[in-house]
Amino acid sequence: MANILCVLEQRGGTLRKGSAELLTAARQLADQGGGTVDALVCAAGDVAGLDTLGAAGADRVLTATHAGFAHYAPEGIVATVHSIAAGYGAVLVSATATGKDLAPRLAAALGAPCGMDVTAVSASGDAIRVVRPVYAGKAIQTLDLSGVAVVAVRPSAYTAVAAGKAGAMEAVTVPAFTQRLNVSGISTPEKATLDVAEARVVVAGGRGLGDPQHFGLLEELAAAFGGEAAVGASRAVVDAGWIEHGAQVGQTGKTVAPDLYFAIGVSGAIQHLAGMRTARTIVAINRDKDAPIFKVADFGIVGDLFEVVPALTAAVKAAKGQ
Amino acid sequence: MTYFRKRIDMKIAICLRRVPDTTAKIVIGPSGVAIDEAGVKFVPNPYDEYALEAGLALVGAAGAGETVVVGFAGDSVQETLRTALAMGVDRAVHLQGTPTADGLANARVLADHLRDGGYDLILFGKLAVDDYGQQTGVMVAELLGLPCATAISSLSVDGGVATVTREVEGGVENATCALPAVLTCDKGLNTPRLPSLKGIMAAKKKPLDIVPVTVGESRVTVVSLAMPPERAAGRMLGEGAAAVPALITALTTEAKVL
Repeated sequence: MANILCVLEQRGGTLRKGSAELLTAARQLADQGGGTVDALVCAAGDVAGLDTLGAAGADRVLTATHAGFAHYAPEGIVATVHSIAAGYGAVLVSATATGKDLAPRLAAALGAPCGMDVTAVSASGDAIRVVRPVYAGKAIQTLDLSGVAVVAVRPSAYTAVAAGKAGAMEAVTVPAFTQRLNVSGISTPEKATLDVAEARVVVAGGRGLGDPQHFGLLEELAAAFGGEAAVGASRAVVDAGWIEHGAQVGQTGKTVAPDLYFAIGVSGAIQHLAGMRTARTIVAINRDKDAPIFKVADFGIVGDLFEVVPALTAAVKAAKGQ
Repeated sequence: MTYFRKRIDMKIAICLRRVPDTTAKIVIGPSGVAIDEAGVKFVPNPYDEYALEAGLALVGAAGAGETVVVGFAGDSVQETLRTALAMGVDRAVHLQGTPTADGLANARVLADHLRDGGYDLILFGKLAVDDYGQQTGVMVAELLGLPCATAISSLSVDGGVATVTREVEGGVENATCALPAVLTCDKGLNTPRLPSLKGIMAAKKKPLDIVPVTVGESRVTVVSLAMPPERAAGRMLGEGAAAVPALITALTTEAKVL
């Protein structure tokens, strides 16, 4: 197995969550064949935490500095990777919104196959073997990618393991590139909310809420988790316009794998289950004891959510000492 | 590349996939590498419907132009292409062949067809809800040397420039690119129109060209397709608010997630 290049993501000089997990995936892959791991960081200036990347698994930390990297500049990252690609057997990125955009661009530029949104990556002879959910998690596909491969690794799929080395720092030159997509920045909502795909706890609501304003109950439960929880939703209520589509969990929404998932007034349609079945612990609260959601839930409560949820919110607050 | 822009009207290609309905139950076929298609209802890929609507709306707003729907697949995709024609797309092209598991090999087939089409915009869904590959559209853009924005949830086109937003973790990314460009479309971009009865009748008379294509070598092998592990049966903790203390105990001591 050849050497691995990880293209890490940064925003405003801060490495994105998931960088250490990606390096862990790369380290395990490289160690199968005695290869090395390089981490590439493209940024407009200094990036905090580069000195931690060695401990996270990088043998070398390559920094590519260019004014054009103040915002996401895919053409510049592709040109940089292309210029240093010789000698790498695989290029790994995190399967974030940006990583999913970048991976196919890298694959096309390198003439390489692309494994998208994978939950495991390993060496299989001369090939890179990836495991990935398809049909929104209703089935699991295993692929062998031959030649140099570009792989986008799902951020939640690996737990960071400290490798205990110090990574050598090295600057790389950013080749001239033509910017075709001009990103002007990221607008953040006034009320900062955690993304449902990134939250440790997801509080999801469905049609059983009866009215869009009742999402307030779920927001209160989420708040009881002190910034660790996001509010999610079923397709039915997103399609009804009760909540914005970014909150949708399921086959035409997001696939999530939080530690704790509350399905509240969610019946458990097959396409919803597909998006949340890999959550570590699932709690279902529903008036209908025969709702399909109870078949995947670890813990179920049959009852009126308007009675159960406020009691649960109070109990979570008490348990957390608030 | 030839992208003459003498016209002021819009010419838009929309690439379409045929996928199992999202409500379909998935059963692994005897090959062990693909699903059993028996009894499965197939529909246009939901994200491609946002691309179709965006294309139809833009040409509608421009007042003149052409929408072309392109499908690279086996013959069954013709039914899906007819659905797009019924929505109002002007003509369809069936790139008749068998896509591989290698997105880049498939993207080359599409890029070769689209290269000299003179399109202002080439639209895709952000992903197909079968293989979740999320790569073909971006690769087509790279192969054609065109700007590309992915998973867009808003779009306006003015003076040869597309202004888009796309959802990223914790916010919305704002970007622009010059036409011609490739865009992949996310939910939230629009509300796709339904085919009208008149549209369905008209679709029968619209051109559907069949172009046999050959796909290059695939560097991706499907080793297996399997069902995900079943979750162990859960436990009912009781009824109503009275069951909340038992839940808190279970989450604290058993699941250790509180």
